[in-house]
Amino acid sequence: MSGHLITVYVPRDAAALSVGADAVAIAIRAEASHRGLPVRIVRNGSRGMLWLEPLVEVATDAGRVAYGAVTPADVPSLFDAGFLTGGAHPLGHGLTEEIPYFKNQERLTFARCGVIDPLSVEDYRAHGGFRGLENALAMTPAEIVAVVTDSGLRGRGGAGFPTGIKWNTVLNATAAEKFICCNADEGDSGTFADRMIIEGDPFCLIEGMTIAALAVGATAGFVYMRSEYPHATETLRHAIRLAYDEGWLGDDIHGTDRTFHLEVRVGAGAYICGEETAMLESLEGKRGMVRAKPPLPALEGLFGKPTVVNNVLSLCAVPIILDRGAAYYRDFGVGRSRGTLPFQLAGNIRRGGIVEKAFGVTLHDLLYEYGGGTISGRPIRAVQVGGPLGAYLPPEQFALPKDYEAFAAQGAMLGHGGIVVFDDTVNMARQARFAMEFCAIESCGKCTPCRIGSTRGVEVIDKIIAGCDVDDNLALLDDLCEVMVDGSLCAMGGMTPYPVRSAVKHFPADFRPAPGSRAGDAS
Amino acid sequence: MSVSQPWSAERALSIVAEHAHQRGALLPILHALQETFGCIDEEAIPLLAGALNLSRADVHGVVSFYHDFRRTRPGHHTIKVCRAEACQAMGADALLDHVRRRLTVDLHGTTADGVFTVEPVFCLGNCALSPAVMIDGTLHGRVGPERFDALTADLRNQTQTGDAR
Repeated sequence: MSGHLITVYVPRDAAALSVGADAVAIAIRAEASHRGLPVRIVRNGSRGMLWLEPLVEVATDAGRVAYGAVTPADVPSLFDAGFLTGGAHPLGHGLTEEIPYFKNQERLTFARCGVIDPLSVEDYRAHGGFRGLENALAMTPAEIVAVVTDSGLRGRGGAGFPTGIKWNTVLNATAAEKFICCNADEGDSGTFADRMIIEGDPFCLIEGMTIAALAVGATAGFVYMRSEYPHATETLRHAIRLAYDEGWLGDDIHGTDRTFHLEVRVGAGAYICGEETAMLESLEGKRGMVRAKPPLPALEGLFGKPTVVNNVLSLCAVPIILDRGAAYYRDFGVGRSRGTLPFQLAGNIRRGGIVEKAFGVTLHDLLYEYGGGTISGRPIRAVQVGGPLGAYLPPEQFALPKDYEAFAAQGAMLGHGGIVVFDDTVNMARQARFAMEFCAIESCGKCTPCRIGSTRGVEVIDKIIAGCDVDDNLALLDDLCEVMVDGSLCAMGGMTPYPVRSAVKHFPADFRPAPGSRAGDAS
Repeated sequence: MSVSQPWSAERALSIVAEHAHQRGALLPILHALQETFGCIDEEAIPLLAGALNLSRADVHGVVSFYHDFRRTRPGHHTIKVCRAEACQAMGADALLDHVRRRLTVDLHGTTADGVFTVEPVFCLGNCALSPAVMIDGTLHGRVGPERFDALTADLRNQTQTGDAR
C-alpha cells in the first residue's frame, strides 16, 4: 500500500464542521503520518447526508467508500480495519453512491456538491463545470433566455415565478446598466441548500450568475449573503478570487469581449431582507424596507436599474440547463413544476439532509423513505413546509405530491423546499404564537397589517392559550389573518397567517385547553 | 473572540475611505466599524452622515434597523443560539432556558464577568443537526445542555487564563 497516494475526503461544509469534521481531519492526518501511510486529504463539500456527518470517504478502485459519523476517537480503529482500502468497519456504509438515501436521488443542481474540492477550478471543470457558460458565450442573449424559458425553470426562492420570463423582461429593458442580484439570504428555518451549495460547489453559482449576465446584458452582480453564514461567505469570496484569477470573471471573460464583475455583500441579521425589494434596499445601503410593486425590480431594481433577482438554487440550476439543454431539465418533474428541487429534511428527523428529487415526490416518501421518521422515535405530528411563513401539515396530508400547484391548492406552499418535522410533543398553539411573534420581530414596519397585525396576533393567541373567550378570540384571529393576507405589502405579513391558520385548522384541540385546567375558565 | 479597539475617529475615517469606491457602501462600512470597535459608537453616526452625505437620521435608521448592529460592546465571546422552528423541534426553548440559568444572563445580555454575550437568532442553517449554536462565528450542531456547558467551560477557562497573563 505504501507509495500509492490514497485520497481521503473529509467535508469542510459548515454542518460537518459543526459536529467535528476539522478534528477528524487532523486525527486522520496524524494517524496516517504516525503509521507512515501516504494520504492526501481533500476537504470537499457535504454529500447532504447530514446525520452521517462527519462523513469520511476513501477513494478506492471500486469507487468512494463512506464511513460515518466519524469522531476523532474512531480514527485509529478505522486505520486498523484498513479503511484506506475500503475495509469493513462498524461505521462503514459501503460505496457512498450506493447508499439508498443518495442513490435514489436525482441530483442535477447538487451533482458536484460533496464530490469535488469546492475551491479547485480544475476539479470543477473535470466534472462538467463551465461547459454551460462556454455554450452561453457562443449564443446571443435571446437564445440563452429561450433555453432557460424552455427548461421550465421557476424561481426556487419560493414564489415559483418562471425564470426565463423574468430574464426576458430585463433583456428587453433599455438601460445603460443592468444588474444580477443573487438572493442568498436563506433565512427560512429548515433550509440550508443555498449554504450547502455555496460551500460545496461555489463555482456553480458564479457560472449561473455569469450566464444570467450574458443573457440580459448585465455587467455587474451582487450576492447578498446572510451574516449568519460566515463560512459560506468566506468560501464564496475565495471562489470569486479564483474565478477572476482564471479569467472566468472580470473583463474579457475567457478571451471574449464580455464583462461581468461579481461581489459578495453581507446582510445584518434582518429576515425581511430575503424579500427581493428589501434586499435591494439593503444592497443600496438602506434600511431593508419592502418596496411597493410595480415597478418590478426587472425594470427598476438595484439603484433604479433593470435587475435580475434570483435565488441561489435558481441560478445554480442554470449551468446544467445550458450544458445539457432545456429538454434534459424539463424532462424531470410534473405538470408545470419542471426539473428538480433540493428538499431539505430538518428538525426532528432521523436522517436529515438534502434530498434532490424531481417535483412530484410525496411528502410521505421524503419523511419516511428518506427521513426515516423522527429522531426521537415518537410519531410525526406536524411538518412545516416552506419556512416560517409556510403551513403546518398533519399526517393526513403527507400523500400530497410536492409541486407548486398541488401545494397552492391546499393553502400551502413549497417555498424553498425546507421541511421541518415535529413529533407528538409539539403544542401547535405555541407554534402559531411563534409565527406571529416572529413576524412582529422581523416585520420591516412599512405596512400596518404586518407591523401591527402581528403584535395583535400574539396577544389574541395568548388569550386563546389562557382559555379566555376562546370562540370569540378564534374568530377574531381568523379575521385578523384575513386582513394580513389581503392587506400586507409582501409575503411577510401576507403569509404569516399560513402557519397560524393551518395550525388552528388541523390541530384544533391545541387551541382549547382542557376544561378547568386554566384560571381563565369561568367554571 | 472579539478584540475590539477603543473608538477612534481617525481609524473610522480610514475605514470609510477603504470602502469609498463601493456603491451602497453603508452596510459594508458598518460591518467593518463593528468588527474594529466591537459596536457602532454613538460618534460614528454624525461621522458617517458627514462622510457619506447622509442625514444623521438616515444613518441612525440603518443602524437601528438591523439586528446585527450593536450600540454597546459585547463580551469576549458572542454566543448565538438559534430559536427558529427546526431547532424548536429539537428542544431549542429548553436550551435557551438552560443558557439563561447557566450563564445567569438575559437574552441580548452580557454576563457579569464580561465573558459571554448571548444573542438569540433565527436560523443558522444547520437545521438537520439541531439545536444549533454559533460561538464567535463557529457553528456547533446537536448542542444539548451538556455540550453547551462543555463548549462554554473551555472558553471561560481560556479567557480567564488570557486575562491573568
